[in-house]
Amino acid sequence: MKVGVIVFPGSNCDHDAWYAINNIQQASANFIWHDSPTLGDVDAVILPGGFSYGDYLRCGAIARFSPVMRAVKKFAADGGLVIGICNGFQVLVEVGLLPGALLRNQSLKFICKDVALRTETTNSPFTSTLTKGQTVTLPIAHGEGQYFADAHTLDELEAEDRVAFRYIDNPNGSARDIAGILSRERNVLGLMPHPERACDPLTGSTQGLGIFESMLQSLAVPAR
Amino acid sequence: MTITPELITQHQLTQAEYDKIVSLLGREPSYTELGVFSVMWSEHCSYKSSRIHLKTLPTEGKYVVQGPGENAGVIGIGGGWVVAFKIESHNHPSYIEPFQGAATGVGGILRDIFTMGARPIAVMDSLRFGSIDQHRILTGVVAGIAHYGNCFGVPTVGGETVFESCYSGNPLVNVFALGVCKENEIFYARASGIGNPVIYVGAKTGRDGIHGASMASAEFTEESKQKRPNVQVGDPFLEKLLLEACIEAMKTGAIVAIQDMGAAGLTSSSCEMGSRGGVGIDIDLDLVPQREPGMTAYEMLLSESQERMLLVAEKGREEEVFQVFRKWGLDAVTIGKVTPDGNLRIRHKGKIEAEIPNPALADEAPKYDRPHNVKPYRTAPLDAPAVIPASKDLNADLLRLIGSPDLCSKRWIWQQYDYQVRTNTLAGPGSDAAVVRIKEIGQSVAMSLDGNGRYCYLDPREGAKLAVAECCRNLSTTGALPVAATNNLNFGNPERPEIMAQLVETIAGIGEACRHFETPITGGNVSLYNETLGEGIYPTPVLGIVGLMKTAPPVPVAFQREGAHVFLLGGFRPTDPQRFGSGEYAKVILNQLWGLPPMLDMHYEKRVHEAMREIVAAGLAESAHDLSDGGLAIAASESCTSEIGAKLHIPQGVSPELDLFGEAPSRILITTANPQQVEQIMLRHDVEGCVIGVTIGGQLQIGCEDRMLVNVATEDLKREFETALPNRLEAHA
Repeated sequence: MKVGVIVFPGSNCDHDAWYAINNIQQASANFIWHDSPTLGDVDAVILPGGFSYGDYLRCGAIARFSPVMRAVKKFAADGGLVIGICNGFQVLVEVGLLPGALLRNQSLKFICKDVALRTETTNSPFTSTLTKGQTVTLPIAHGEGQYFADAHTLDELEAEDRVAFRYIDNPNGSARDIAGILSRERNVLGLMPHPERACDPLTGSTQGLGIFESMLQSLAVPAR
Repeated sequence: MTITPELITQHQLTQAEYDKIVSLLGREPSYTELGVFSVMWSEHCSYKSSRIHLKTLPTEGKYVVQGPGENAGVIGIGGGWVVAFKIESHNHPSYIEPFQGAATGVGGILRDIFTMGARPIAVMDSLRFGSIDQHRILTGVVAGIAHYGNCFGVPTVGGETVFESCYSGNPLVNVFALGVCKENEIFYARASGIGNPVIYVGAKTGRDGIHGASMASAEFTEESKQKRPNVQVGDPFLEKLLLEACIEAMKTGAIVAIQDMGAAGLTSSSCEMGSRGGVGIDIDLDLVPQREPGMTAYEMLLSESQERMLLVAEKGREEEVFQVFRKWGLDAVTIGKVTPDGNLRIRHKGKIEAEIPNPALADEAPKYDRPHNVKPYRTAPLDAPAVIPASKDLNADLLRLIGSPDLCSKRWIWQQYDYQVRTNTLAGPGSDAAVVRIKEIGQSVAMSLDGNGRYCYLDPREGAKLAVAECCRNLSTTGALPVAATNNLNFGNPERPEIMAQLVETIAGIGEACRHFETPITGGNVSLYNETLGEGIYPTPVLGIVGLMKTAPPVPVAFQREGAHVFLLGGFRPTDPQRFGSGEYAKVILNQLWGLPPMLDMHYEKRVHEAMREIVAAGLAESAHDLSDGGLAIAASESCTSEIGAKLHIPQGVSPELDLFGEAPSRILITTANPQQVEQIMLRHDVEGCVIGVTIGGQLQIGCEDRMLVNVATEDLKREFETALPNRLEAHA
C-alpha cells in the first residue's frame, strides 16, 4: 500500500502519519506538498492533523483551496481511499467530500486525551478488520472537534450506515456522539481521533493499527 | 535630539552607565544609539547584576557540546546526535497580558532551539501564581501556552504549577524547550566572512514590543498596566513555517550563522552575531520588511515583533536561501553585510543612525557586584512553634492535602496541551520526569523541571541544592542518567542587598549541587525585579535537568497490580519539627511557615539515584514515584490513581503528622515482585530501605505500631486529586 501524506503549511501530524504507515509491513508513505497538482502513484491519501494555514478564518477553510485538493477530490471521485484525521477531517468537510462541520469544543478548550470509541460499522475499507461494537481507544487533540450537521443529514448518515465511530463518553459535544464519518461511496473517512498516534506499544497503544490494516486488506482484495 | 538626564533615566540607565557609553563611543550617543544601549545593557539582556556570580557555575562535562553563551546549550546523546535545550522566563509580559505573554514566551524559547539547527521535540512549563482564585492570569497563561505550542506542533510534556501568595503580583512563567539534531548540523550565531550578506527572514517589523527587555528589567508599579502595548503578539503558524524554512535552508549549506530576534530584536541579533564572530555588521533599515510606514530607526531597532530571524549567508548563494523561504511563503531579504571593522552600523534613509562597536554592546555592558553582605531576606520564624497542633483527623487532612492547589492533579491544565504530537512521548505530564524518545536512535531523553520557592526562601543555598537533587531524583526514578542542566533564576530587586544575597546564595547552591550530581549548567536565564509595589517573590530558581536512557517503556507512577511489595528506597528519614515548617502540611493544614527546608545529604542522595537506576535497569520496578511535597502519604496517594491501593506500615517516629507528611529528600517508593533483589542492589550502594507493605485493592492504609493512621478509599483520593482544580477554576467561570 502506497500512501501519500499531504503536507499543508501548518500540518504538524504529517510526520506521525508517515512514521506510522512506514512501520506497517507492506505499507509505505511519502509526503505530497500542498501545491502539487497531482498525487503521483499512491493507493491511499492521508490528510494529516495540524493547523493548516494556522486554521485562520476557520479550520480547513483555506487548505481546501490548495492546488493538491483538486487532485484529492478527483482521486476520491475515482474511488481512491482518503482518510482525514483531525485537521484533515476539517479540511474534508470544508472541501465538501464529507457533510457537516466541526465547531469549537463545547468546553471552548483544546482537549488532549485518550477517548474510547465504539466501532459502528465494519462495512468500509477503514473498519473491515474491526468488529461491530468493538471499543477502540484513541487519542484526541483538538480545539474544534464538535461534529455538527442538521438533523436531516445526521439521519441520513445513520440510515446509510456512514457513522464509522462514536464516542462512548462524548468529550466535545459532537452531535449524536459522532467521532468519524464515511462518504456515501464509503471510500472517504474523516475522524477527529488520531489512529496514527496509537500504532506503537512504546507510546502506549496499538489500537489505531486496525484502521490502517483494514485499508491494507481492502486494497489487497478489492471489494468491487 | 539632545540627551538630557531625564532621557537617560527614562531609558533606565544610570549616569555612570551613560558616562561609560560616552567613553566607549568617544562622543555623545545619538537618540537611536541611546535606545540601542538601553536595551542591550538592560538587566534582561546583559545580566549585569548576575554575570559575575553565574561565572562560578560548572559548565563543562563529558556530554556538553556547547555551554552557556549561545542561543541554547547542547549535549551529545550518542550516535552522532545532540539535543539543544534551554529555559526562558516571560514573567513580566504574562502578568500584563497573560495569553500573549505566555504564548510569546513559548515562541521565543522555540526559536532559541531551532536557531541552533535543532527541531524542537518537547516543551515543559514551570508556572507560579498567587492564588488559585486568580483565574484570569492562570487561564490566560495556560490558553496562551496551548495556543502556541499546539499549533506549532511541539508536545508540552510536563512541568509544574505552584501557588503562593508572593506570586500574586508577579506570576512566573518559565518555559523549557528541547530540540534534536545531528552533531554536525548544529548552527551557531557567529557571523563571519567579510562581505557576506545579512538576511532578514520571517515576520515584518512592527511597533510591538518596543522596550520589552527594559520593561522586564524593572519593578512593577501602578503604571505598569499601561505597558500592555509593550507585550508582543505571537503567531504560531508563522513560527511553524519559520521552523520548517530555517531547517530546510540550513540543509542547503549556504547559511553561515543564524540568530533569532528575541529581546531587543534586530539590535541584539545583529550585534551579538557580530560580536561573537569578531566582525562588523552593516544594516540598511530601509530594506527591512515593515508592517507599517513611518517607523523610525529607533522603533525598528527596538521592536520585538515576533517570528523573525537574522542570518548570514555565503555571498553568491543568497538565491538558494531565498528559494526555500519563498516555498514557505516567508519574507527573506538582504538587509546588510558583514564588515571587517567590528561596528554595528545602522543606516536609515541615507543617514547613519547608529555606529557602535559590537563588543561595546554585547560584551562591555556593565557588570555589578551588587552589595549582598547581609543575611538573605526572610521574615518567617526559625523555630517551630512550641506545640505543633495534633491532627484531629488524619484521613481528612490527607484528602485535603491531595486536593490542595499545589498537590492536586494538574490535568485540567495539561489536557489543554497536545502532549503527544510527534509520537515520541513515552512519559508525559503527571510523570516524575517526562521521557521523549529519539526515533532515529535507540535513545530517549528524559527531562524534569523543578523549583521550590518556599525552601529557597527559608534557605536559598539549601533550597537550590534540593531543587537540583529533586530533578535528578525524578530522572533516576524513570531510569534516566542526569547529564546536564539549565536554570531560570527568578528573583526580586537585586539592588536590595538582602535580595541580592538570596541570588548569590542560590547560585552557590546550584553550583555545588550541579558539580556533585555531574549536571553542568549549559545555559539559562535570569529574571530580576519580580516585585510589584515593593513586594517581592520568593527566591525561585527553576532547574531543568536532562537525562539519558535507552528507549524502553518508562516505569509508571501508579501501582500496577495487587499483591506487589511496596519498597521504600532511601529509608524513612524522619523530619524534625523545625524542618516540618517548610512543607505542604504546615502550609495547607496549619497555614504557617517556619524553620528550614529538609536536610539534604548530597552523597547519600546520589547513591539513592544510582541504586534506583540499577533497579530500573534490572527490570525490578513495577512502579516508582519519588517522595517530595507532602511526604510519604502524598507519594503513596499519588500512586493510587489506578484504583490499586496499598497497606503500609511505618515505624513510630516523631508524631503521626511528621511521619506521614514530613518532606525529606532521597526517598523513592517502588513496587516490586522481588524485594530481595531490590535490597541487594540497595545494600551494594550503601543505601537504606525496606519493604513497608503490599499493594491491595481499593484502599490506602498506613499503620504505625498497632494504630491505623490513615485508611481511605482510593476512589476518594482520586476524586479529590482529580476534581480539585476543575472545581476551583470552573466554579467561577
